Order: sequence, then structure tokens, then C-alpha cells
Amino acid sequence: MITKLYLGTRKGLIEAERSAAGWHVTRISFLGVQVPMLLPDARDGTLYAAVEHGHFGTKFHASRDAGASWEERACPTFPPKPDDAPEVIGMATQQPIPWDLKKVWALEAGAAAGELWCGTLPGGLFHSLDSGASWRLVESLWNDPGRAKWMGGGAEWPGIHTILVDPRNRHRLLIGVSCGGVWESTDNGASWRNIGEGIRAEFMPPEQAYDPGIQDPHRIAWSAADPDTIWMQHHNGIFHSTDGGQKWREITNANPSNFGFAVVMHPQDPQTAWFVPGIKDELRVACDGALCVMRTSNGGQTFEPLRQGLPQEHAYHLVYRHCLDVTGDGRTLAFGSTTGSVWISENGGDSWERLSADLPPVYCVRFG
Amino acid sequence: MPTIHFTANLASQTTAPVCTVDGTTVREALDAVFAQHPTLRSYVLDDQGATRQHVIVFVDGTAISDRRRLTDVIQPTSEIFVMQALSGG
Repeated sequence: MITKLYLGTRKGLIEAERSAAGWHVTRISFLGVQVPMLLPDARDGTLYAAVEHGHFGTKFHASRDAGASWEERACPTFPPKPDDAPEVIGMATQQPIPWDLKKVWALEAGAAAGELWCGTLPGGLFHSLDSGASWRLVESLWNDPGRAKWMGGGAEWPGIHTILVDPRNRHRLLIGVSCGGVWESTDNGASWRNIGEGIRAEFMPPEQAYDPGIQDPHRIAWSAADPDTIWMQHHNGIFHSTDGGQKWREITNANPSNFGFAVVMHPQDPQTAWFVPGIKDELRVACDGALCVMRTSNGGQTFEPLRQGLPQEHAYHLVYRHCLDVTGDGRTLAFGSTTGSVWISENGGDSWERLSADLPPVYCVRFG
Repeated sequence: MPTIHFTANLASQTTAPVCTVDGTTVREALDAVFAQHPTLRSYVLDDQGATRQHVIVFVDGTAISDRRRLTDVIQPTSEIFVMQALSGG
């Protein structure tokens, strides 16, 4: 049974533990510094954290004793920009996309020992084969002409927020880009293809609405039991794929809302997924001031709001894309809000208990 | 030789002692410091070697003008301060 929960927050990395008396907060590391992303690596027990200093940039740290002590490792770094490299101009801002790390926005274990993948703003994918001792920019993606269409989504620059490594085929990756859609590699990052037929963007002129290269997937999740079944929480809706992300179907029966950021899938049951809905993109709060988690248990035929234990009056929580997690058995879930509350369920979302209402804004929630 | 001081907030995050180094430009002086303390470099400079957006470097009381290439000239008696810019909050 999982008994540790790690929270990346606006003011540090906060740990919680499950004891006989229940869950409670036990420690904070990097007090005062943003922790936008973390990874408890189940393969060897290493805990990785991206630590973002307001003045001094992002650093990368690792702990081999579950957060008791830390060592600084290499941070993904963009290589020197060659003088003859053409500028990629952001479509919305008409400003050059910088060759400079602004934020670590995704961090996942690869298939090989010590292999890590890291996604960043402004749209870089980095690869490490030595547990973060060194990193290499995946130039095949950075140099893809399709990157010229990417835009910032809630940030000045585009960013890679989701990295999925196919458990059946270590050379197959899917990444999610806001705003740049879904990209697939079948050769461990050597080449890339923009996929996503059927994904629709309300925020673009009609003739570009179905362009897969400008989509804003807020978060993409698949089930380890069936990586062909994928859910996407998109900027203007929810989409479902049953063919590994090639084609998508828009969901129109979400209850109470099809807007949100986070989605996770049941690791063993590809019919079950959870979302945390908000009202809509221009009103990013819980629907009717009543917080809920939304679950489908039948592959999207129906959705049910789960409210037991969650505040149902004047609750204006927003839950970011990396702030909902589920354990391997699909029973224990946790989510954290921008207003510093974290809730945990140990029965698949049927009921929730609040870990704390006093935390900094939550950026990343992961069981370890 | 020029002397380089780092804000205490930086010294609390990584190794950033007061250094006395050779150099005729800010770039040369900082490179000499980073040769001794490699981890410090990325706290002060961005991926392309420019001064980080929210870091400010003073030479004898004046903020440097070339934040990208750090070509501002320094004297053997110069005092260099690497500080947090208030722009960063």
C-alpha cells in the first residue's frame, strides 16, 4: 500500500504520510522556492524535484532517502543557439521562442535504468540516460518545422506537460504540448509525428479548428493496462481515443462540466478515469461553488460527480493539470488546488478527506 | 584584482563565496569564478550565457549595460556585486 504523497507547491516540496491515524503532513523541503514538478521514481526509489528560483532559474535535485537529504544534479539546458539557426516566432506573441529553460513542466521515467524524460517551457523535450547527471535536448522535435505553429497556453511560451512512455514498447512515446497538440515517436525520440484527428479547438478560426498542430491538450492520460485507450482533458472539452491517440472522439455528456486541467486513468481498468471539472476557460473555478471530482467507469458512456467530503458551498478551487494522481491499484487518489487544499480518497473517489487547507498553491501531486 | 560579491540569498542556495579573480571584463571575471565553482554559473546566467532576467550585476556601483555578452570593462580595483533584481519580486 502506498503511504507517501509528495506535493510540489509555490513554496516548497511538501510530504505527507499515511499512518494508522490517517494522512498527515510530515516535512517541507526547499521552503520558499517553487517546485513545479517532481518524480518519485519507483524503479530505484530516487525522488527528483525541479526547483524554480524566482531570480536564479530552475535547478534539478535528487534525493535517495525519500526527501531527507538532497543533491543538486544537472538541469536540462538548451544548447548555445547557433548563429545561423532560424528564429522560431511564436504565432500569438510574434516574439522569438527563447533557447532558454523557463520551467520544467513534465518529468517521467523512461524504460531503461536511469532513463528520464523532461518536458519544458518553451517546448523543449530533454532526455537523460544517467539519472539526471546529464541531459540532451531532443533536437529532432526542437527542429521540427511543426514547432513554428506552437503557442503558449496560459503561459508566454508553449510547453510540454505530458510524457507517456508505452509500457508495451519502450521506443514509443506520446507527448502533449500546450498549445501544439499530441506528438508520437515510435523510435525513442529520433523522429516525431503530430497526431490527433478529431481534436477540436474552439479558440482558433473555423478553418483551423481541427488542425492537430495547434491544439491545447491540458493533460493526457492512458491506462497501463491498455495504452491504446487515452483520455484528454482539452482546453475546450474532453476527448477520448481507443486507437493509441490517432483518432479522437469529443465527449459531450460530461457532468457537471467538460472544462478542467487534470485527468488520470485507472491503471488496471481502462474504462475508468477521473477529472476535476471547472466552469469554463474564462471562469476557472469549481462549478456552482461546489467542488467535485468527475468519474467515468464505463469508458465515457456516463460521468458522475463525486462530492462526498468535498466543500459544496463557496468553494472556488482550481486544480492544475499535474495535481491529480492515483495509485497503482486505482483505489487511492489525491488532488491539490491553487488555493492550497489537498484531498485524499481511499475508495476510488467515492469519498474524500482533506489533508490540509493551509498549503501554498499546489503545482504537482504524486504518490511515491 | 577585482573582487566579486554575491547576494546572500544566492549564497544560501549554492556555493557563492566572495572571490578575487583576474579579468578585464565582467565576462572574464565571472568565468574565472565559475571555473572555481561550476554549479554557480546557471544561477547567474541563463542557458545562452546572458545575465538572468531577474539578476542584476553592479560594477563599482553602476549596473552593467551589456547584460547579454557581459563586455563591460572592469578595473583591477573594481568591486562587482551580483544581486537579485527587484523585478523578480
